[in-house]
Amino acid sequence: MEKSLLAPGHRACAGCAMPTTIKLVLDAAGPNTIVVSPTGCLEVTTTPFPESAWCVPWIHSLFENAAAVASGVEVMLKRRCKDANVIVIGGDGSTLDIGMGSNSGMFERGHKVLYVCYDNEAYMNTGVQRSGSTPFCANTTTTPSGKISLGNPRPKKDMPAIAVAHRVPYVATASVAYPVDLRRKVKKALQVSGPSYIQVNAPCITGWTFDAGTMVEIARLAVETGLWPLVEWENGVVGQVKKVTRPKPVDEYLKLQGRYRHLFKMPDGGEMLKQIQAIADANIAKYRLVD
Amino acid sequence: MEIKAGRLVEPCSTRITLTGAWRTFVPVVDHKKCIKCNLCEIYCPEGCIHQVQSNDVKTLRAYAYTPEQIADLPKDETVFIPDLNYCKGCSVCAHECPRRAIEMVLEEK
Repeated sequence: MEKSLLAPGHRACAGCAMPTTIKLVLDAAGPNTIVVSPTGCLEVTTTPFPESAWCVPWIHSLFENAAAVASGVEVMLKRRCKDANVIVIGGDGSTLDIGMGSNSGMFERGHKVLYVCYDNEAYMNTGVQRSGSTPFCANTTTTPSGKISLGNPRPKKDMPAIAVAHRVPYVATASVAYPVDLRRKVKKALQVSGPSYIQVNAPCITGWTFDAGTMVEIARLAVETGLWPLVEWENGVVGQVKKVTRPKPVDEYLKLQGRYRHLFKMPDGGEMLKQIQAIADANIAKYRLVD
Repeated sequence: MEIKAGRLVEPCSTRITLTGAWRTFVPVVDHKKCIKCNLCEIYCPEGCIHQVQSNDVKTLRAYAYTPEQIADLPKDETVFIPDLNYCKGCSVCAHECPRRAIEMVLEEK
């Protein structure tokens, strides 16, 4: 990794997981790659005009149409008989909410594009507003915790399941804390002849509010508690699953983050912690995380 | 109406912005403890931790190390060190180091 395809000098927060994620994706994909990005932290921090941190061709158009732009790039490459990896890298806001329609179109038309979503579980760039990916009980500026609310009342949207329902041949979840696993999944996805989708858990120091330096530890705890299972779906069937030998209680993951602080202070918080534990337990049972 | 094409900029051009100025704490590597597992290099969000030969003074100077700091490095060895021009001092490397060989030290400029 001596020569990263993402140059330093980008403006991401100190301790952000997103640049590490991009670095790993580009490392696995190599220089023969064209990246399309929707609006988001990634676009704002890596391309402050007139600079760009990208060492591969990179295109930004709008918030909602990255998948449509990538589809066009892929078709044009085919027309000109050229071969390159086409990758969309976008946040959860553009992937799960705003760009959902164009993602659906790209999946359904079967373009050979890898879509990587770095999932920081809210609209971090605009000031931590709730997205479809915000987990249950998380405090955001649009789901604030207080006397009448314990944070986000809805569970996280299951985007991998939506991709699987589109018959996307390769779908996976990954984590910034498991770089070898992430690189392997990117390489595997690029071998697939149709679309592929990888959702990477990428903690946000500003929105999740945790101590500097604990970014990787938090991402690892999400996997170890069962809240972020590392799963692959090949042609709709669950393939390799990262086993968790002894799942940790969800409290260990939640108590490190400011966005869940209210659960440990408010009288009804304990009940919510039980419900979050139930989400982890359901994942553990569903994907057989424990042998 | 004339439609103007999008803006094109040079690749890797954020290199002109030295984000090292953001830093409060600087990672200092204890090269005796380092087992060269390269986890710091992998996790660094800036991609600014590099493997360098300790006698490669030119590169080390380019990474903003003083002659005194370079003299303190072990002789003729591959060392993992952050490029101080870009390191934002996030301390992910110090936190993830399995040998706790990286210490975050308050930097006085």
